[in-house]
Amino acid sequence: MGNTHGTLPQILLDNVRKYHEDKVAIREKDLGIWQSYSWADYYGNTKKFALGLASLGFKRGDRLSVIGDNRPQLYWAQVAALCLGGIPVPLYQDAIEKELEYIIEHSEAKFIVAEDQEQVDKMLALKEKVPSMEMIIYDDPRGMRHYNQPFIKSFTEVQALGLKFEEDHPGFFEQEVQKGKAEDTVLIAYTSGTTGNPKGVVLTHSNLLTNVRLIAKAEEYWDSDQVMAYLPMAWIGDSIYSLAMLLDIGFTINCPEAATTVMRDMREVGPTVIFCPPRIWENILTSIRVKMEDAAWIKQKMYAFFINVAQQVSSKQLRRQRVSLRLRLLYALGEFFVYGPLRDNLGMRKIRYAYTAGAALGPEVFQFYRSLGINLKQVYGLTETSAMCTYQPDDEVKLETVGIPLPATEIKIGEGGEVLIKSPGVFQGYYKNPEATSEALKDGFLCTGDAGIIDKDNHLIIIDRAKDVSTLANGTIFAPQFIENKLKFSPYIKEAITLGQGKEYVTAMVNIDMQSVGNWAERKNIGYTSYADLSQKPEVYDLIFNEVKKVNTSLYNEEQLRGAQIKRYLILHKELDPDDAEVTRTRKIRRGFIAKKYAELIDALYSDKKDVDVETKITYEDGRTTNIRASLKIREVEIFQVTQ
Amino acid sequence: MNKKNGNPMLQVEDIHISFGVLKALNGVSLEIHKGEILAIIGPNGAGKTSLVNVINGVYHPSRGHIFFEDKDLTTLSHHHIASLGIARTFQNVALFKGMTVLDNIMVGRNLKMGSNFFAQGIYWGFAQREEIRHRQVVEKVIDWLEIEHIRKTPAGMLPYGLQKRVELGRALAAEPKLLLLDEPMAGMNLEEKEDIARFILDANEELETTIALIEHDMGVVMDISDQVVVLDYGDKIAEGPPEKIRNNEKVIKAYLGTSAKK
Repeated sequence: MGNTHGTLPQILLDNVRKYHEDKVAIREKDLGIWQSYSWADYYGNTKKFALGLASLGFKRGDRLSVIGDNRPQLYWAQVAALCLGGIPVPLYQDAIEKELEYIIEHSEAKFIVAEDQEQVDKMLALKEKVPSMEMIIYDDPRGMRHYNQPFIKSFTEVQALGLKFEEDHPGFFEQEVQKGKAEDTVLIAYTSGTTGNPKGVVLTHSNLLTNVRLIAKAEEYWDSDQVMAYLPMAWIGDSIYSLAMLLDIGFTINCPEAATTVMRDMREVGPTVIFCPPRIWENILTSIRVKMEDAAWIKQKMYAFFINVAQQVSSKQLRRQRVSLRLRLLYALGEFFVYGPLRDNLGMRKIRYAYTAGAALGPEVFQFYRSLGINLKQVYGLTETSAMCTYQPDDEVKLETVGIPLPATEIKIGEGGEVLIKSPGVFQGYYKNPEATSEALKDGFLCTGDAGIIDKDNHLIIIDRAKDVSTLANGTIFAPQFIENKLKFSPYIKEAITLGQGKEYVTAMVNIDMQSVGNWAERKNIGYTSYADLSQKPEVYDLIFNEVKKVNTSLYNEEQLRGAQIKRYLILHKELDPDDAEVTRTRKIRRGFIAKKYAELIDALYSDKKDVDVETKITYEDGRTTNIRASLKIREVEIFQVTQ
Repeated sequence: MNKKNGNPMLQVEDIHISFGVLKALNGVSLEIHKGEILAIIGPNGAGKTSLVNVINGVYHPSRGHIFFEDKDLTTLSHHHIASLGIARTFQNVALFKGMTVLDNIMVGRNLKMGSNFFAQGIYWGFAQREEIRHRQVVEKVIDWLEIEHIRKTPAGMLPYGLQKRVELGRALAAEPKLLLLDEPMAGMNLEEKEDIARFILDANEELETTIALIEHDMGVVMDISDQVVVLDYGDKIAEGPPEKIRNNEKVIKAYLGTSAKK
C-alpha cells in the first residue's frame, strides 16, 4: 500500500490521481444492472455533495448521520462530511424511534442523509423532539413529491448547490481536505450495548487507518479485491471495509439491490473477501440443509457422502494429521461434484478470506465451511478496537480460537478472566461519557468485558461475556453461550437461552427456526396456523427433544462441562426480537431483560410444572404494541451420568 | 380535490349490453377526466366488470358509444384499444404461470415493440437494441413495485398478493394513459391492501396515469378515489365525489347498508 496520508479524504484525492476512470470504486445493483462508479465518479460525487453541504452551512466538527441500506450516496455523504472536517454518525436503519432519538440528540447531528421516504418519515417524526436536527437529505425521490418543507432536500439538489458553490469558492474543497489531521475524529459509532443506552465510540482517522494497515500486513489484500457492502452501515465492520479499507487498499465494494437479494447478488459479484456475522453463516447452512432435504434422492446421497468425506479431511487437517491417499482422491472427486458447485451457488467460489466475528460460531458450522474449501476464520474485535484485533494466519486456523493478536497489538487476561487489549486501534473514549470511558480504559488497556483464555500457541479463546460465566448451586462451571451455540447448531433451533446460575440444574428456552421446522412440519403433514401454534405442537417438542439430547451427549464428552447438561426445556411461542428489546440489533441476547420479562417461565422451569401460562407484549416496528397469550409446555430430558 | 380540466379523457355514452335475456348494462354513461381516480362500485352482478370489458373492447355494446381522447372505441378490437393507451388487470389473476416475473412484465411492453416475431427470435441488431430499451422500462417498474427479489421467479410460484402486484406491473409497463383495475385488492390482507393503495396513488400522481378501478373495500374507495360511480343491476344509480356517495340514500339502500354511515 505505502499510503501514508493521515485522513480518509486525503487518500481519496490520491486514489483519484492513481486510478481515475480506470478502476471501479463502488458498484450498485440498480434496475437489475450493476451500475459502476469509478474513482473519478466517487470523487466527483463526494466533492459536489461536500460543497453542497458547505453551502447549506455545514461546518468543521458538525455531525452528519446517515440512515438506510448500503447505498453509494450514503457512503459519499459520510466521506463528504469528513472532507469538510465533519463527523459521520451512521445509524441502524431498523432501529426504533426511541433509539434513534437518543443517538441523534446525543450526537447533536445537524444533517441527516436518509435513503428513502421511509427513513425520512422516521426523521420527520423526530424533528420536533430533537432541535439540533437542521436538515434532512434524501436519496430516493420515490414518494417524496409532497414533502416541500424547506429543510428537506434531495441528494441531487444538494449536489447542484455544490456545483454553484464551487464556482464562487474555487479551491475551497482542496483546502478543507488539507486541513484534516490524523488525530481528527473519523466516526462516532454507537454500539448497541446489552444494557442501557447506546454509547458513542469515538474513533480517529489514525485509529481506523493504522488498524487497516495492520490487517493488511497480517493478511494479503489487493486492490483487485471484490467486497460486498451489505452489513448495516452503523456497524463498525462495514465502516472498516466500505470506508477505510475501500480507500486505503483501493478495492471495489458492491452494494446489493435490496436486503432480500443479497445472496443472488453475491453470486453475480463473486467476492474475494467476505465478512459475515455467525448468524448469517448459520442461516446459509440451514438453508443448504433445507434445500438438500427437498433435493432428488441421488443428490441427497451424493451430498451426504461427500460432505462426510470433507468433514474427515478437514478435521484431519485441523489436527495436523496426514490425510490418506484414498481420502484425498475422494476429496478431489467431491470438489468436482459437490464442493465446487456448492461454493459457486453460494457465490463463494473466489473467496480468499471469509471471516466471522461478533459472537461465537458453533465449531460444527465453522468446520462445515472449511471442509467445503472456504477459508473461514474467526476473528475478534470490538467497535472500541476499530473492529478486528486478532486473526488466524492461514496455516494456524483452529476451531475454537479467535486467533493471535494483530501486529502491534497486545492482549492479556485480567481479573476474572477478562480480556484486555492495547493497540493503535483502541478508541479515544465514549462520546460525552467520561465515566464509561474511565471504566473501559485502564492504563492504556481496553477492558473488553469478555472472558477468555490464551492457549499455548498464543491464540485467544473467548468463552463468554465475563459477567455471564457462572456456576450452578453445586459449583459446576457453566458458560451459557457455549451451550446455546451447541443448541443453535441444530437446523431447527434459531435461538436459545440457557439458565442455571445458582440453581440445581441447567434449563433452556428455545426459539424454533420457522423456515426449517415449517418445512419439516409440511413434510410430516402437520398442520399449523402460526409461529406460536407450530412451536407448541407435541411433534415439534419431540423434534427438539432429540436435539437437546444430542447437545447433552456432546456436553457429556467434555469433562469440565459434564455437570452442566440441560435438564428441562421449553419452546418459546414468539421469536426473540430487537423491537421487544430481547436481543440487541446485532442479535446478542439481553439476559438481564429476559430474566425479568420471562420470570414466570423461569420459575416454572425450576418447578415440577408440565406447562405454564404466559402473556407477552409484542412491539411492532412502528411502535404499536399488542399482547399475546399462550400456554407453554415444559419437557424434561435425560442427563447422562458417569457410570462406574 | 378537483382534477377536472377540459374535455373528459374517456366518455362512455348510454351503453347497453345483454347476455341472452340478462341485461348486464342498461344505458350507463360516465366520464373519466385526465389525472382522476374513478372508482366503480356496486353489488355482485351489478355490471362492473362488464363495463370494464366494454371499455377495453372485450365486449362490444349493443347500443351506445365510447370515446377515448375523442376517438370512437366502440367497434375497435381490444388489442387496438390497448395500443391507444388503455391497460387493465383482471379480477382473477391472469399471468403466464410458467414465465418469470420479468418476462410477464415484459409482455406488457410487447405492443410497443416494433420488431416482428422472427426478428425477436433471431435476437440480433434492432431486435436486441429494442429489447434492451424495453427492459429498462420494465426494470423501472420492478424497482417501483419493490419486487426485485422475485425478478427471476416463475409467476405461478408466487403467493397471491405478489401475483396481483406483478399483474399491476405488467399493466404499468405498457405506460398506459388510462389504467383499468378490476378488483386489485380482492383477497388481500390489510397490509397488502395498504401497499397496493399506495402503488395506485403513486401511479396516479407520479406516473400521471388516469385510473378507473373496481373495488369492494369501501374504506379504500373512500380514501383514494376522486369520483365514484355506483352501479346496480346494470343501472347507474349514483355518481359523484366519495363524500357525496357515502350519504346517498339510494346507494346506502342498494349496496352499502346502514353501517356505512359514519
